[in-house]
Amino acid sequence: MQHRVFFWFTLPTLTAMVLFIALPIVSVFVQSLHIDHERVIVISESCGPFGCTQTTSVDTEANKKLREEKPLGRYNGLATYTNRSHLAFKEIGIAWSSTKNWSQFFSKALNLPFYKALAFTLTYTLVVTPFVLVLGLAIAVGVNNLSNRIKGPTIFVSLLPMMVTPLVGSLILFWMVDGDGIIGATLQLLFDDSSLSLKASPTLTWMMLIVYGIWHILPFSFIVFYAGLQTVPSETLEAAMIDGASKWQRVIYVIVPHLMPLVVFVTLILLMDNFRVFEPIVGFSAEAHAQSLSWIIFKDLRESANPLYGSAGATSMMTIIGVAILLTPVLIRTKRDFKQRSV
Amino acid sequence: MATKSQLRVNPLAIISTALVGLWLLIAAFPFIWTLWGSFKVQGDFFSKADWQNALYGVHTVKETGSAFTGSAYYGAWVQEEYYHAAINTGIVVFFTVIISLTIGTLGGYALARSGKRYAFWILMAALVFRAMPHITLVSGYLLPFFEWNIWGILPTTIIVLVAINQPFTLWMLHSFFLNVPREMDESAMVDGCTRFQAFRYVIIPVMWPGVITTGLFSFLLAYNDFAVTSMLLSEQNETMIPKIASFLGTTQIEGNVMFAVAAVVSATVPLFMLVLFFQRQIVSGLTTGAVKG
Repeated sequence: MQHRVFFWFTLPTLTAMVLFIALPIVSVFVQSLHIDHERVIVISESCGPFGCTQTTSVDTEANKKLREEKPLGRYNGLATYTNRSHLAFKEIGIAWSSTKNWSQFFSKALNLPFYKALAFTLTYTLVVTPFVLVLGLAIAVGVNNLSNRIKGPTIFVSLLPMMVTPLVGSLILFWMVDGDGIIGATLQLLFDDSSLSLKASPTLTWMMLIVYGIWHILPFSFIVFYAGLQTVPSETLEAAMIDGASKWQRVIYVIVPHLMPLVVFVTLILLMDNFRVFEPIVGFSAEAHAQSLSWIIFKDLRESANPLYGSAGATSMMTIIGVAILLTPVLIRTKRDFKQRSV
Repeated sequence: MATKSQLRVNPLAIISTALVGLWLLIAAFPFIWTLWGSFKVQGDFFSKADWQNALYGVHTVKETGSAFTGSAYYGAWVQEEYYHAAINTGIVVFFTVIISLTIGTLGGYALARSGKRYAFWILMAALVFRAMPHITLVSGYLLPFFEWNIWGILPTTIIVLVAINQPFTLWMLHSFFLNVPREMDESAMVDGCTRFQAFRYVIIPVMWPGVITTGLFSFLLAYNDFAVTSMLLSEQNETMIPKIASFLGTTQIEGNVMFAVAAVVSATVPLFMLVLFFQRQIVSGLTTGAVKG
């Protein structure tokens, strides 16, 4: 295809992506280097019959004007990245020198907002992903053995948890595990503890979110593996049967190796998607015990009256770096595929 | 010919069937339960005393005289004007899908036919963009949008959703067009068509299966979005999903949490229909790129 024709065909989509994906990333970076203006303070002296008193007050008028002139705020360099709510170098240094062993150090470090969010995000990603891979494969093998007539309805039902809006899905589960909901109330009855609440303890909150995460994304790995199972060569399976392989051995030695490329693909997609975890924290109102990187950006932007653009920008940049690290293997794999195709 | 080992009841088969059964229960039960409960009053759906209250609607009978009540739906749709949010969602989703597919088809077609190095790099960039958490992009939009005074209105949100949609759309349509034989449009060009005419008269008639599948996913992305719509729309332009979230903020009063339940069920119905009618396309869309490599 000629360069000129290619240019006109791709112009609209490239414009959209540059304007609303590439430039915002630059804008986020610029924002992260700035911080809100200092308050303009005026000192006024009021003199009465008992002498003069000085009062200091914030000049809202001047503040507003300053903000209108320079909406970004003042230049702050990388200070936002290193302050207490982000990488917190100073606090980490203090924690390092004041604690004797690793567990003390970690418990101190994990009280800092950024590390707390990072810890949850990574735990969520690294727990949900393997569960979803194994369960997805198991269910795909199970569905594949069902008779054809019930396969269709089974797949239909299986798709629902993934298709439903994440916020809606988490609310539906949240209402069930609520203290008065069906699961929550039953658990209270079982453990004979009427104050038992999944929201009260950090561990239970994390488990609740992870269970939701598995429920929500399991259909994806199931569907991909199920589609992969349709392509397993029947000759190989028959050969394995002739050689006396049991059903279990056939799964482990024939089917799993055949699906291995898919396992890699699903893992990479799952890591990327789980790293963004955000809506369930809103849906489960779990922010007291579990915060993710996306959620703390959301919180900074929602800060009433005065959104913390600088702070949100710094967290965003670090999240993007995290995504980039996760993405590297995907990019390498895609590049290899392209080379193979062009050869 | 069934062998002996195939006829014998296999414990592994039983376990795997049981697992599927359990999964179906876990997948479907929350939806059935919430749908059923949305026709009850709060005292039944959130019944501390006895979960069976939600089945028989003890409080619902007491309060309304019948075992089912539409009061939650009335409250959400009429009292809280949920229909307004539904209309906004309709507008946003419709235009996002149409614009997204139009520009995505052109771009995906060109990328599939180019074979040049820069086409490859555009696809790689799109892959990186697809992985960006949406909320990080939103934090880059807010300040400029406030400055230019385009925050809070539907067109801005539509354009942003179209852009966020593009990487995925491009990849799907790119792999779809790779499977359309090159000879088709090339022979049209040998007959004297320009590239655009070849696209118009040869490619457009055969591209609909790929476009429909891609459109479904564009629909899902626009419909399910929370990060963008909740941050970029003003209160009177809210769509359904942020509206549900705002119900939660104001539903401390008895009965009002049922508005949110009704709103959640209402928002799920279109998705349910979508899966029902387009199951085959959704499955094939999820697996393109995966199975083919």
